[in-house]
Amino acid sequence: MSTATITATCPECDATVNFDRAPLNGEIARCTDCSAELEVINTDPITLELAPEVEEDWGE
Amino acid sequence: MRIAMTYTRLRVEERMLIDAFEDFGADVTPIDLRTVVFNPTSLGEWAQYDAVFDRSLSLTNTLTSIRILESLGVRCINPLHAIETCADKLATTLAFIRAGVPTPEVRVAVDSDSGLDAIEQLGYPCVLKPTVGSWGRLVSRINDRDAAESILEHREVLGSVNHSVVYAQEHINKPDRDIRVFVVGGNAIAAIERRSEHWLTNTARGAVAAGMEVTPELADLSTRAVASVGADIAAVDLLECPSRGLLVNEINHSMEFRNSTTTTGVDIHRVVAQHTLDIAQAHASQAAGDGDIHPVQRACDASIDGEGAGSSGTPEREGVLA
Repeated sequence: MSTATITATCPECDATVNFDRAPLNGEIARCTDCSAELEVINTDPITLELAPEVEEDWGE
Repeated sequence: MRIAMTYTRLRVEERMLIDAFEDFGADVTPIDLRTVVFNPTSLGEWAQYDAVFDRSLSLTNTLTSIRILESLGVRCINPLHAIETCADKLATTLAFIRAGVPTPEVRVAVDSDSGLDAIEQLGYPCVLKPTVGSWGRLVSRINDRDAAESILEHREVLGSVNHSVVYAQEHINKPDRDIRVFVVGGNAIAAIERRSEHWLTNTARGAVAAGMEVTPELADLSTRAVASVGADIAAVDLLECPSRGLLVNEINHSMEFRNSTTTTGVDIHRVVAQHTLDIAQAHASQAAGDGDIHPVQRACDASIDGEGAGSSGTPEREGVLA
């Protein structure tokens, strides 16, 4: 029995980004090829864009 | 229980929390604050939730949303007052002082010249921090007057108005670590040490976390610190002073814990989720005990009576009441 692979395409380098599980909107992923930090902006189909830059007011 | 979990970015922590809520049978709805339009006079869709659990890493987004939601009678975790206090290092220091929580000495000024005096009152080395900031950003260790003058000038010329407040803190000659204690519902549930060769020991700056025992002293100080700011859930950062012992440095209202669950053996996310549900249940029970009084109505009544958190006037209610 094959395991379905959940993937999307990196918008920076076109590499395949793999997910262990179905991502949620707003989830952060990293492209293992180009190291770009990506955000899931759509889940069906999974669509990625560059994650927003860290803002001055971000933190704990 | 129906929980709204607000976020700006869905990180590992948020995913872990969602999993925990679902394991406990709760209905959790992640809400991206960037997609929300708030009407400060009407709960609207928010009326369906028993509590709002804020996990936004944007302080601005958090304060904006929680301010409105709490004003409308929603039970927010953490409460607005706690977030405002934790987010501002000066407010946190004042809370610690009032509560008798040991903390490093601080001097404050609102001008560069008096700021230099503030630094020299503490002596060198000294630590300069923005009152609002996280992850060790723009935190400076000032080793001499030349550095103090330079940094103050840079802040004055390049900084925003927030950087005009000189918050100078005594430098604690700690061992190569600081300590973080996770406090949930008044209980110190786990602790880590964060080691770094650099004097800044934020994991965001490369420090390595390792689990450690929650000693009675750590538990006492951290729970008292969290009580002093009124938080439900928080991470307390402590420093070990060679002469005065443990000092509480600051409190984080929206803690990160991805590096801490495995190393401590504590499922921090599950304890946090359970406590959030307990709070929501208690709030719902109180609402039920008030009969058909909607939380918004109750908040309005409490405002008129001069009590209750988050009540600020009487919002118009558009079909919110049952």
